Amino acid sequence: MQFLTNGQLDRRWIFLGMLLAIASPILLQVTFPEKPSPKTIDVFNAIDQLSESSRVVIACDFDPASAGELEPMISAIVRHCALKRHRMIFLTLWLPGAPVIKSNIRMLVDEFPDYRSGIDYVDLGYQPGAEVVLKVLTSNFKKQCSSDTSGRNTADLPITAPLTTIQQVDLIVSVSTGFPGTTEWVQYVGSPHKVKMVGGTTAVSAPSLYAYIPRQLISVLGGIKGAAEYERKIMDHYPQLEANQSAREGIRRMGPQFMGHMLVVTLIVLGNILFFVEKRKGTDR
Amino acid sequence: MMKRTIPVMIASIAGLVLVVAHFIPPAQSWADEVSSWFQILAAVAFILGGASLFKIHLQKISDQRPGWGYSALTIVAFTVTLIVGIFKIGVPPSESFPSMPWSGDYVGDGGVLWWIFTYIFTPLNATMFALLAFFISSAAFRAFRAKNTEAMILLVTATVVLLGQTYAGTLLTGYDWINPHLQLKSIVDEWLMPVFNASGQRAIKIGIALGIVSTSLKVLIGTDRSYLGNEE
Repeated sequence: MQFLTNGQLDRRWIFLGMLLAIASPILLQVTFPEKPSPKTIDVFNAIDQLSESSRVVIACDFDPASAGELEPMISAIVRHCALKRHRMIFLTLWLPGAPVIKSNIRMLVDEFPDYRSGIDYVDLGYQPGAEVVLKVLTSNFKKQCSSDTSGRNTADLPITAPLTTIQQVDLIVSVSTGFPGTTEWVQYVGSPHKVKMVGGTTAVSAPSLYAYIPRQLISVLGGIKGAAEYERKIMDHYPQLEANQSAREGIRRMGPQFMGHMLVVTLIVLGNILFFVEKRKGTDR
Repeated sequence: MMKRTIPVMIASIAGLVLVVAHFIPPAQSWADEVSSWFQILAAVAFILGGASLFKIHLQKISDQRPGWGYSALTIVAFTVTLIVGIFKIGVPPSESFPSMPWSGDYVGDGGVLWWIFTYIFTPLNATMFALLAFFISSAAFRAFRAKNTEAMILLVTATVVLLGQTYAGTLLTGYDWINPHLQLKSIVDEWLMPVFNASGQRAIKIGIALGIVSTSLKVLIGTDRSYLGNEE
């Protein structure tokens, strides 16, 4: 296996380099300090400045492919809402999002045992129908969500009983990747009905949501970087989280991201050096 | 007539009801009715999709076409997942209705569907996505060349974003003697994303929205029938 052949690097070296770049910070548990960006601070403030017992919809519109980036983000948001004693309404427009809700509820019940199902939180599960679900939620909440995943009537649950439309909630947190996701929440709920919204998405999708800031979306958390900054921000405000290792999952994942990015930048630079060397050789001939 | 005119009429009426309901609030109940029908039809479409998947893969197995083994695997995986999901196999009853055996959530902890999701679907799905890191690194070396001015702009922007999105940005430029607005993280957070990127994205989104309005109008008045497929 030659390292370089005709100005091209054997891709197996690249793959090996990426494996080492990702694995080494995980094995050595390398982490870096995080400084929350203005966008992260805006998301934090949107949740933190709500009065206690506010109703917050948490939409988990993603699948396990994006969970690496989005799960730490949604866990941090759920923790923050619980610390502020907000009431949380979980739902998803993605079928694989239902187990994501379950794992967050498990975490919520483990870390905040006084949180009660049906009173402080409710799992409305998977809602099939994409944008149509959102349209119905804005006109008749209970027609769309007549029961929770335990089969209880939402009209009987203290958390959902007063809701006739979704506009009555205090904040919508949409963590998503792709369709249907935050864009649809903005287009069908947030923007037309003036409901306060914050978003969270993967790093590659984040630029498309920045267009909605600040009028349609208060702010957006982008990728694992956004999750890590958010974790830092809530730890700064709620120091009791410092001892909780699972509350720094995003920060932990920034190590592999740092090394991966450095490798990609190195490869871009190396590729261009070889490109110009080859070009010069061609000109000389 | 039956094959094309009636579907076009259904689409037009449903679309018009939703448009009218948006501007005339008393008509909202009509829109809700149309939305309910959409959800019923979408559920039926799931059945049709499943039947179509079965038909295509059974045909492939029957003809012993190349890769028919994968088709067999697809059918087995689909059937198993469908059965354990529909019959809620292994799902404990809901705490609210403990005497009713099928009252638990279909992805409830301990159920077979939950097990399939946690131990098969999640690792496979995450692995497929994680492989992107390897392909991106290879592509970065091979394709990201400064061949012209546009490529050079893209390359410099990508490098700044890649560095600014990690601690590398702070390590390289995060010092007090460097103007805060010239630090990599600030360049990404204050300029590249909210100014250049957001304005470009807004222009694209407005363009797409206008395109959707125009296409929707064509569907509503029945001049665009491409969604019905070919005449044959």
